[in-house]
Amino acid sequence: MALDTKQDTRTEFKIVGTRVPRPDGIDKVTGRARFGADMSAPGMLVGRVLRSPHAHARIVSIDTAAAAALDGVHAVVTRADFPDIPLDAALADIRDNCMAGAKALYDGHAVAAVAATSESVARQALKLIKVDYEPLPHVTDVDRAMDPGAPALHEGRTDESVPEDMSPNVMARYEFGHGDVEAGLKKADRVLRRTYRTEATHQGYIEPHACLAQMGPDGQADMWCCTQGQYMVRDTCAAILGLRQGQVRVTASEIGGGFGGKTTVFLEPVALALARKAGRPVKMVMSRSEVLRATGPTASSSIDVAVGMAADGRITAGFAELRYQGGAYPGSPVELGAMAAFAPYDLENVRTIGWDVVANRPKQAAYRAPGAPMAAFAVESAIDELARGFGLDPLEVRLRNAAREGTRSAYGVTFPAIGLEATLRTARDHPHWGAPLGDNQGRGVACGFWFNFGGNTCVSLNIASDGTVNVTEGNPDIGGSRASLSMMAAEELGIPYEQVRTVIADTASLGLNDVTDGSRVTFAVGLATIEAARAAKREMCRRVAGLWGIDEEAVVWKDGAACPAGPNAGDHDPMTLAEIAAIAPNTGGPIAGHHEVNAEGAGVSFATHMVDVEVDPETGATRVLRYTVFQDAGKAVHPDYVEGQFQGGAAQGIGWALNEEYIYGEDGILQNPGFLDYRIPVASDLPMIDTVILEIPNPGHPYGVRGVGETSIVPPLAAIANAVSAAAGVRMTDLPISPPKLRRAIETA
Amino acid sequence: MSKLHVTTTVNGEVQEFLCEAEETLLDVLRDRLGLTGSKEGCGTGDCGACSVTVDGRLICSCLMLGAEAEGREIETIEGMAEGETLHPLQRKFIDMAALQCGICTPGILVAAKSLLERNPDPTEEEARYWLAGNLCRCTGYDKIIRAVLETAADMREAS
Amino acid sequence: MDYHAPTTLDAAVDILAGASGDCRVLAGGTDLLVRMRSDMAHPDAVVDIKRIASLRTITEEDGGWRIGAAVCGAEMGEHAGLRAAWPGVVEAAQLIGSTQVQGRATIVGNLCNASPAADSVPAMVAAGALARIAGPEGIRDVPVEEVPTGPGKTSLGHGELVASIFLPDRAERSGDAYLRFIPRTEMDIAVAGCGVSLTLDEDGGIIRARVALGAVGPGVMVVAEAGRMLAGSHLREGGLQQLATICSAAARPITDKRGTEHYRTHIAGVLARRAAVIAYARAGGTLE
Repeated sequence: MALDTKQDTRTEFKIVGTRVPRPDGIDKVTGRARFGADMSAPGMLVGRVLRSPHAHARIVSIDTAAAAALDGVHAVVTRADFPDIPLDAALADIRDNCMAGAKALYDGHAVAAVAATSESVARQALKLIKVDYEPLPHVTDVDRAMDPGAPALHEGRTDESVPEDMSPNVMARYEFGHGDVEAGLKKADRVLRRTYRTEATHQGYIEPHACLAQMGPDGQADMWCCTQGQYMVRDTCAAILGLRQGQVRVTASEIGGGFGGKTTVFLEPVALALARKAGRPVKMVMSRSEVLRATGPTASSSIDVAVGMAADGRITAGFAELRYQGGAYPGSPVELGAMAAFAPYDLENVRTIGWDVVANRPKQAAYRAPGAPMAAFAVESAIDELARGFGLDPLEVRLRNAAREGTRSAYGVTFPAIGLEATLRTARDHPHWGAPLGDNQGRGVACGFWFNFGGNTCVSLNIASDGTVNVTEGNPDIGGSRASLSMMAAEELGIPYEQVRTVIADTASLGLNDVTDGSRVTFAVGLATIEAARAAKREMCRRVAGLWGIDEEAVVWKDGAACPAGPNAGDHDPMTLAEIAAIAPNTGGPIAGHHEVNAEGAGVSFATHMVDVEVDPETGATRVLRYTVFQDAGKAVHPDYVEGQFQGGAAQGIGWALNEEYIYGEDGILQNPGFLDYRIPVASDLPMIDTVILEIPNPGHPYGVRGVGETSIVPPLAAIANAVSAAAGVRMTDLPISPPKLRRAIETA
Repeated sequence: MSKLHVTTTVNGEVQEFLCEAEETLLDVLRDRLGLTGSKEGCGTGDCGACSVTVDGRLICSCLMLGAEAEGREIETIEGMAEGETLHPLQRKFIDMAALQCGICTPGILVAAKSLLERNPDPTEEEARYWLAGNLCRCTGYDKIIRAVLETAADMREAS
Repeated sequence: MDYHAPTTLDAAVDILAGASGDCRVLAGGTDLLVRMRSDMAHPDAVVDIKRIASLRTITEEDGGWRIGAAVCGAEMGEHAGLRAAWPGVVEAAQLIGSTQVQGRATIVGNLCNASPAADSVPAMVAAGALARIAGPEGIRDVPVEEVPTGPGKTSLGHGELVASIFLPDRAERSGDAYLRFIPRTEMDIAVAGCGVSLTLDEDGGIIRARVALGAVGPGVMVVAEAGRMLAGSHLREGGLQQLATICSAAARPITDKRGTEHYRTHIAGVLARRAAVIAYARAGGTLE
């Protein structure tokens, strides 16, 4: 088959770029789609978790005898039921987070679990478990956790990058940058130094974690759960419970939102441990309160920024010191925050330092562009304040300093073709930018950056004898990926979209796929799907070459059919995919294409957001009036779902900026573990969110695709803060900008 | 503890079930009647994923006891399409990509249908306030509201 | 737990009076079921009052309106006569929760749940509403503000339940309004709330005024001084500011996850001023 050896990015498409109906649409609008809690098995028990009521406590003893003796209880597990096998630090932390060991480290930390014949029996059993706690001093605030005298969560776990005189709650230090910041600041006409703070927020997926596990006496385990990565569930559960990976088969259910929060495990090893002990299937479903108390919100942060700017808007130096607490275990996303903070700008002198801090809060999990929104809030607020101080147009200032192809980024890499300038220019030329504003109204802009990711990916593409095509992939469809993968397969094969069906494999049916994170699926799984289709095309051309008695190189694939490459190849009627498939048994057997890759070249992504708000100076309430997202998608495979990602990220960012926060009492107990007081935006809080998709092709993908899912949450925090600050005439540096906080700032201004 | 015997109508069909007095209508629908289209996102009436109608009135099924269903007419997402024919809202949600993960979708569709039955020509603001009790974390509501308003326009034109 | 669904008020009273354990009235259930779910209530029995026909109606009585204890907020909103007479009470009732919650929640439940932040209560108090209490000793009518006695506590005796709310006859040139502040546009509990009811003379002078605050004390607060100040006045800027000052001074809020003491104190005044303006306009007054 004559394929171009040079991998040009394709720019002409028949299916990619259209707005086809998603294949799982009917299931999801009729209630047929089966999500995590919708699975059941014969003989199933109900599993429930007992959680620590203390923010920090030594577990002196746990007495489960009365619970185990209760009629209807089939298993009780504590940490003693998890074998003390050596694990690497990250896995050991996950084990400890799923079931506390010597100490309970936060309000809601799991300490025991039961499996019983009904929900009511399980709840009764939990009340019969006696835990003897020795309460310990606690700390939940990031800056207080860094005080040398703060209560320590762990001893002896600090990374060698951390100076010895610091609190043992400081786990690691990161540093990025180049140039001479002090020298750069001296060249500035003004240096702005400020501290910014953000509270922890939760991904807020509407579907609570749910898992159904069973294990036979032969040690073969099956699990169904809502997760962003069934292979991750398999590997983690196997490691924690001392099983071989192949013993555990995990099937991902439909997933009701994740945003990073379902890239790790909370219930799954516990459900499997209960099922193993009970010898019956066990289903566990979290309540909303458990989700908020004991899954993985994002970090809270405290960030010092110094930015020097010349009067013409040129940034002479940028510095940021970021402190993130990521809950009770190391691993806050501060490293990514430190890398992303100044990424949109072409700076001579830039340095960022990140501190990873632990505190008595739940172990953080990824949340959409983890670490970047807080960093961007700080830096984009500072740049905005400087620009306004000089009377400069904040978009022009950003354009003047914008990173472009060839820029050495603040975190070290040199950028290939990127779309930041395109988003800024488009924003500047958009009618929104010049629209009039009324009293108490303000407009804010901000830029955002995200790395994007590729990763381990494995796809099979199987052709049935009637010419229908199944794409088998290993990442849960969290927002339309079945559609985009089917589109890319159909495009590559030259067949109708409806002829392709994409299914999501369980862990036993396909090789490893990394979790659905890093905006990787449309990029990496798309790439593997295209390559699998190309492999199938090569095979079909080979079969046809055999039939026609000509060289493989003399057959080309065109418009869904194998054709002679040119006049010299002979006079043959094209053979369609369906015709080739029908006679496959006679030409060598079934036809399939596969592709396995650890994908690189994901292609960084940039966005610019613009927002108008109106504040009520008497109450401090902020209303979002108008919102426009400008983002580079590389190539928008399904524009509806690209727009949806832009809009969803913006909405989450608006919530983070205005009303969402983890509120801890002095006792270290979470005060708002429910959707009543953990206030995510409701429909009446938001305007329409306009989107402008820019397409600067990613050279690392055959169709130019970049991930789009995460970047959209990076700019809104700063865009909102900049708009509110303009409307209210006071600079807001602490998120969320809740009404009492804004009112207080107006009063004291 | 003896169970209660309840006879009710769900999506036009008479159903009988036994339940404990504490069980909610949502528990009954999902665990006893196998109707898992109604979802539990919070269990406290804050998310709307369990929306159903009872005697034509939109409610959260997590805030009603199963026992209260005696003699009532309940409509769930499973009864929204007529056989293979989707309700115009269902069709429009697919056509306009008004869902991403789909977990809130059944509740939003049930609530939106109830809106259009009462108000065939809602303004954007009316639609947003009517649906304020249906949380969606994926979409930012934009495409949902557009789909509801466009369906309303289509249905007005068709009638 | 036992579930009872009596069809007469007498039967409901009998069950409640005869109960030995924790026996709760189930009206809309939007508070009770949440409390049960979050392990904060473990009733031995519930008495579902929604099958008692007489508690399911809104009826005109002596020029006023009687609202049965099982009438949900949505039904109040759909009742044109009630809406016209007491728009402030109806809008307060309609602020409770989502559309879905409106399909269940009742103002009697809102009252008897005895949350200091109950939205319908300041509006009912401003309206001078009476609660009709049925019990083993018969029927008695009390001002609604006498039902809740503290967070989660009521003055109801053993075997008693609130059967209905009575909103009195409306004088000519009267208007009421309720406003609350919440961080979002919907779905939150009031940070502060204020109900105002006014009656005007022919020249737009205020003859009678009642002002009640919610969520700024352990229970609903009648701000008598605000009523006295408004009576005899026209609603002018100076008076409005004075009203705000009086209401802020009367507020005794706490600091919690929903707002600070300082903020709530301030907001109580802002809401009183804004609610008074609306009530005044509804009464036919014209602001100068």
